[in-house]
Amino acid sequence: MKTMSTFAEAGADLEFVDISKRFPGFTAIENLNLTIPAGSFFALLGPSGCGKTTTLRLVAGLEDPSEGRILIGGNDVTNTKSFQRPVNTVFQSYALFPHMTILENVAFGLRRRKIDDPLSKAHEALRLVELDHLAARRPAQLSGGQQQRVALARAIVNRPALLLLDEPLGALDLKLRRQMQLELKSIQTEIGLTFLHVTHDQEEAMTMADIVAVMNKGEIEQMGAPEQLYELPRTAFVANFLGQSNLFTGQVTESVADSITVAVAGRGIVVPRTRAQRHAGEVTIGVRPEKLLLHTEAPTDSAGINILGPGRVTDVSFSGVSTSYIVQMPGLGAVTVFAQNMVFGPVVNEGAEVWVSWTVDHGFGLEDEPTPGSRFPADASTSAIAIQRRAALETELEGA
Amino acid sequence: MAFAAFASSDAAVTKPPRRKSTIALVLLLPGILYMVLFFLTPLISLVITSFQAELPGGDIGDYIPGLQWQNYVDGASEYLPHILRAFGYALVATVFALIISYPIAYFIGVKARRWPLLQSMMLTLVIAPFFISFLLRTLAWKQILSDESPVVLALKAVAILPADGHLTGTPFAVIFGLTYNFIPFMTLPLYTTLERLDIRFLEAGSDLYASPATTFAKVTVPLSMPGIISGTLLTFIPAAGDYINASRDFLGSSKTAMLGNAIEANFLTLQNYPIAAALSIILMAVILVLVGVYVRRSGTEDLL
Repeated sequence: MKTMSTFAEAGADLEFVDISKRFPGFTAIENLNLTIPAGSFFALLGPSGCGKTTTLRLVAGLEDPSEGRILIGGNDVTNTKSFQRPVNTVFQSYALFPHMTILENVAFGLRRRKIDDPLSKAHEALRLVELDHLAARRPAQLSGGQQQRVALARAIVNRPALLLLDEPLGALDLKLRRQMQLELKSIQTEIGLTFLHVTHDQEEAMTMADIVAVMNKGEIEQMGAPEQLYELPRTAFVANFLGQSNLFTGQVTESVADSITVAVAGRGIVVPRTRAQRHAGEVTIGVRPEKLLLHTEAPTDSAGINILGPGRVTDVSFSGVSTSYIVQMPGLGAVTVFAQNMVFGPVVNEGAEVWVSWTVDHGFGLEDEPTPGSRFPADASTSAIAIQRRAALETELEGA
Repeated sequence: MAFAAFASSDAAVTKPPRRKSTIALVLLLPGILYMVLFFLTPLISLVITSFQAELPGGDIGDYIPGLQWQNYVDGASEYLPHILRAFGYALVATVFALIISYPIAYFIGVKARRWPLLQSMMLTLVIAPFFISFLLRTLAWKQILSDESPVVLALKAVAILPADGHLTGTPFAVIFGLTYNFIPFMTLPLYTTLERLDIRFLEAGSDLYASPATTFAKVTVPLSMPGIISGTLLTFIPAAGDYINASRDFLGSSKTAMLGNAIEANFLTLQNYPIAAALSIILMAVILVLVGVYVRRSGTEDLL
């Protein structure tokens, strides 16, 4: 065990090696291998129940993995107790000690590690989150946003090699959340720690993180920079969890050096070879709704443009910066189009006959089988969910 | 930084709404009447009795109204050992009850949360002794601890107790009885606070480098302080005035008599009402002072 009585000089790598976590009748994480580089802001994004909070609790030492090893800065911490790990957590519920002042809450970790002059360091951390003037108050006297900042100060004052954030902004309103997102990001850049942020909010993950890992059913679906994930989703889950996508399935009819052509509703849709994961057989391809153009007359075929249509507009909804149109295409189903509001009012009305087109370069091909099976099929029953709930409760109690 | 923009939100402290209500007074009236009739009146009567003087040439038990401060001095000096025993035994019994009850309450309130059935069964077991009379329970212990009982014979056999030793009539038996009888009063308040203890605070403690022992001392105990305070008060106050356990008819002997026994003897046997009343007032005053200091020191004035 590395010395605990000093501050971490810099963030540390976090490495998962073959981690699995099983609860009775329920698999939370299956064979997870992941390396989070030092000093990065890493977001673990996924729907609730995908195993992301369990992953975080494994790092914090609040759960033990069923299999595998966890390494922090190259040291195996799998069998290290949570209070001996160079890790701090900003809990979803903040978990500020109600019987202590704000100052004592922040100084708690410093006192446990016998660090010199804990109070002035605590004041310093409170100044960083601009709450030093409330140091003498109790947590109950603070608003939700202030408590969240205290929880952050209480964690970063320890200069952990790794800071874990468990949906810390979930309880805040939209405006406050935006501000906190920017603050968190600037604090991370300022002090250079490794942040592991767990969230189900895709926008939050994309604005804050350097690297986003999309997690689903206990596995990482795709990992990369936010722009890369958005531009080139590899699976249908990522394509729809991170923003929206129009997905079409068809047979590859032509495969040339730099592109493939897929038969969709009687038309050939071209996707660049480099942007497609599979190049033969039945494939799923997609395009983002904001990349689509609406036409009221059939556009002329030309190289580099994909066209679908005609279809009928069934829904028009205005959302400020853009208007979203839902177009029913015969044999294809609904296609969503986002159009910038360059003119007053919608360009077309419900019932209009339209065509959609997009530049070939904007399409992407997924690596999923066209009909993906669920990953843990046996666990979908309600009794399994009940067992999982109980297991979660039990492990929560075991930490007591 | 942007924090300043929403820093002032805490300044909006709202005043609790105040309403004049005659209904509240009417609702309080029965309680006030009850307290005046059955608490205030006897208390005043007790204070008056404690100053009464002996009727010169009168019978035993004849007293005239007076202002005899001497009763307090006489009572306190004559029964000083009883006073010390009362508070000493009560203190030791309270400490033992706390040590025994805390793990029980912690187990029921925290560890057994996932099994509600077990939780309620264990709570019932804690309360079950209440279904039998306090006197009967104490008498039963007298039987168990009596000289020919298997317990005493076994203790003698392993030489923990000397061959001519007893258990009944010793301070041990009295403190044992007090501890036993007041454990539910300690366990239940502790259980109610520990039952509400948020496990996430313990996780936060562990996350902030506190070992399980430190987390217990710095987080669990302070958070369960309301239960500890009310449990110790509910145990200490009745235990200090108890006269059953220390009585010769139960677990005690004349050597273990407590202040309660002295008051009982003066009221019922010696018929020295002024001394008995003075001792009662002393008991009450000492308890009030001790409790006041205790609550103030433990920083939980808001409990009172």
